[in-house]
Amino acid sequence: MSLVLDALTLQAGYNAALVATGAALLGVAAGASGSFLLLRKRALVSDAVAHAALPGIVLAFMVMVAFGGAGRSLAGLLLGAALSGGVGLLAMTWITKRTRLAEDAAIGAVLGVFFGAGVVLLTLVQTMQAGRQAGLEGFLLGSTAGMLREDAILIALGGAVVLALCWLMRRPMTLVAFDPAYAATLGYNTRAIDLAMMGLATAVTVIGLKLVGLVLIVALLIIPPAAARFWTERTGVMVWVAGGIGGAGAYLGAAISATAPALPTGPIIVLVLAAGFTLSMLFAPARGILGGALRHARLRRQMQRGE
Amino acid sequence: MGAEFVQFSLTPILIGMFAAMACALPGNFLILRRQALIGDAISHVVLPGIVVGFLVSGTIAAGPMGLGAAGAALVAVVLIEAIRRFGRVEPGAAMGVVFTTMFAAGVLLLEQTGSAQVHLDVEHALMGNLEQLIWLRASGWASLTDPAALATLPPELTRMALACAVITGLVLAFWRWLKIATFDEGFAQSLGIPTGALGFGLVIAAALAAVAAFQAVGSILVIAMFICPPAAARLMTNSLTSQVCWSLLFAALSAIFGYVLAGYGPLWLGGQHAVSAAGMIAVVSGIILGLAALLGPCRKGAQAI
Amino acid sequence: MTDLPAHSPLAVRGLSVTYGDKPAVQAVDATFPRAALSAIIGPNGAGKSTFLKACLGIIPRLSGEVSIFGQPFAQARGRVAYVPQRASVDWDFPTTALEVVQMGQYRRAGLWGRLSGSARAQALDCLNRVGMADFATRQIGQLSGGQQQRVFLARALAQEADLYLLDEPFAGVDAATERAIVDVLRGLRAEGKSVIAVHHDLSTVEDYFDHVFLINQRAMAEGPVARAFTPDALHATYGGRLGLAAAPQTVQAAE
Repeated sequence: MSLVLDALTLQAGYNAALVATGAALLGVAAGASGSFLLLRKRALVSDAVAHAALPGIVLAFMVMVAFGGAGRSLAGLLLGAALSGGVGLLAMTWITKRTRLAEDAAIGAVLGVFFGAGVVLLTLVQTMQAGRQAGLEGFLLGSTAGMLREDAILIALGGAVVLALCWLMRRPMTLVAFDPAYAATLGYNTRAIDLAMMGLATAVTVIGLKLVGLVLIVALLIIPPAAARFWTERTGVMVWVAGGIGGAGAYLGAAISATAPALPTGPIIVLVLAAGFTLSMLFAPARGILGGALRHARLRRQMQRGE
Repeated sequence: MGAEFVQFSLTPILIGMFAAMACALPGNFLILRRQALIGDAISHVVLPGIVVGFLVSGTIAAGPMGLGAAGAALVAVVLIEAIRRFGRVEPGAAMGVVFTTMFAAGVLLLEQTGSAQVHLDVEHALMGNLEQLIWLRASGWASLTDPAALATLPPELTRMALACAVITGLVLAFWRWLKIATFDEGFAQSLGIPTGALGFGLVIAAALAAVAAFQAVGSILVIAMFICPPAAARLMTNSLTSQVCWSLLFAALSAIFGYVLAGYGPLWLGGQHAVSAAGMIAVVSGIILGLAALLGPCRKGAQAI
Repeated sequence: MTDLPAHSPLAVRGLSVTYGDKPAVQAVDATFPRAALSAIIGPNGAGKSTFLKACLGIIPRLSGEVSIFGQPFAQARGRVAYVPQRASVDWDFPTTALEVVQMGQYRRAGLWGRLSGSARAQALDCLNRVGMADFATRQIGQLSGGQQQRVFLARALAQEADLYLLDEPFAGVDAATERAIVDVLRGLRAEGKSVIAVHHDLSTVEDYFDHVFLINQRAMAEGPVARAFTPDALHATYGGRLGLAAAPQTVQAAE
């Protein structure tokens, strides 16, 4: 227990403190940007983007090795991830625009196919560069082991930038999430704003890959906003509550995970967030289940009395 | 195309085909119901399911792990529905909450109990081991009529064929109900069709396919097969019957070409090792979907008219 | 089913329904006449569709009794044909107009029973009665809104029911379709069938219907058009939004 306390108060060592701080910033950015996605009902688009990052990571590694590097530069790998995540996003948009298929089919198709391509490339790397690719698998489930100081700073900086952009674009994004047609009549370029919304989510996804892993990163974008929704009916409030839940959950998760080797960072963060979601769903006064059940029972009595 | 093919390629290709077709069948209805991502959710919760199955039974036998996976799929579906209904959370987000949480719990369990060392690793669950499901005792096509050799067929083949047959039977048996409840739920209810139970049954069938398939082909292939072949098939035709037939064809083609490309493609390009067959099958299914999106006769929706 | 009249195709006592924690329909009584065209009328959100769906058991009711020809709905199911709102359906579904009509025969054919050639001929005849025979093999998404509505009506005809429940059959359809639908409904009445439709356009009520039921969460008025479709009843149903002297056209605009 004292180990956890140490980690929470940033006493568990310089690296752990850095990782926890980076995670917290990323969590706030993810919660805030995820809110707009949730309101736009496109939460799972980011899942496809995350899975679509895998081929980019492996390709970036291969390119860096081909140019004589060790292939370990996090910035380089994340650039690859961003590029192929972006291609995945374009593929989804193309499928929904050009064909009769609905968005859910496009999401699933891109997710499965890009991830499949990533796995093919991964087996290729394993046969070509036996031993030297160590670390790429870490992107599947996230790993803070061997994380460098620069890596943690990169994550923290990235989170801060995304957060700032969210704040700058909060009004147009709220409008588009609520009523794209109306936003268009006001002269907003809804396509560009939609793209920016997805771009921010993609940025969070890519930045968080090393920490949380591509299978689970989507949880950071979905769970805090979904939990925040129970507490409020107002978008502006929801964004900040989601940011708060995301930041606190990520910080707590990273701190707990730093106390023992068998506590992988990504899963712990997700489980902490899930606990927050469960509590919110049950007890939040605005839209929680308990409050709703009480109101429903009261209405039932009233109606049966014929009031 | 002789003894070596029968020994090393025939059974993996057949298993891949059965797995792909078993997933594509329920996938058709999931897509038409805008529930494609249920397939995504199911394939993610398979991992915690097999971990629990392993922990409870202590063996890595297919039975308990399959049961665990099926149980996890059930739990996930019930949780998603509960969060959606009682929490008034939109379906996509409800799925995202449930499957990431269960997946995270599965990974944590795996790490905590050290079962990671017992041949039960995450990568395996994600990527499968189709290449290893070979028929060593076969000596050529004649083995197909040799009972002794047939007895040594990999058990995954029988299991996958059985799952495929069961799902085919269910889809045929409930064809009319599925069609009508997918198209017009309110009308179906007015006829007395139990649409709630039917929808649940469809998800269970999908879970059955995913559970049977993932041990051989991994969960990525499962997602891709739930969605790509039926999606491509939808762009080929405006009839439900033909759509399902096309999807089966596309699933089989993906499995065959994917396996062959994974096994021989690198050799043709001068490489020495095969690449992941499951991954390549997913890629081929994506290529088929891409072609259908470019050229399929019914690729455009009605709003264009 | 004690005090519910067996002669009525649809009789309701004390029906209440909630949506989440909001009341949708409260303590509604209604008795619809046989061999007549009846309209369910009320403002948006008044619970018209909810009322219909609750009668059909599609959404659960909080309390109340529903009888169809004197029987609970589950036993009278075969005598009822339901036409949902057109917008409730995915028209991109891979199926043809004829196949949709044949869905109306599924109940008789059962889960596995064969649909014979004569069933197909009957389905084609139903399409013909709504003027859609030429579109039998067309994918439903390629039809116009009015044509889609006619296909839905043909499906109800294929059920060979005694009671037809239609949810906004005239919503978003062209004038020709509206006339065709009215003709078909009058034909049904002539055969002694009963028709109940959720209806929006107050200007056509007197022309199309024999009987009205006005609802705004609670039952507001009920009876033959001449007696129940009065300015007072409309004012009670639509509230202050409707001037007493309002012409039907302004009623439309007010919605």
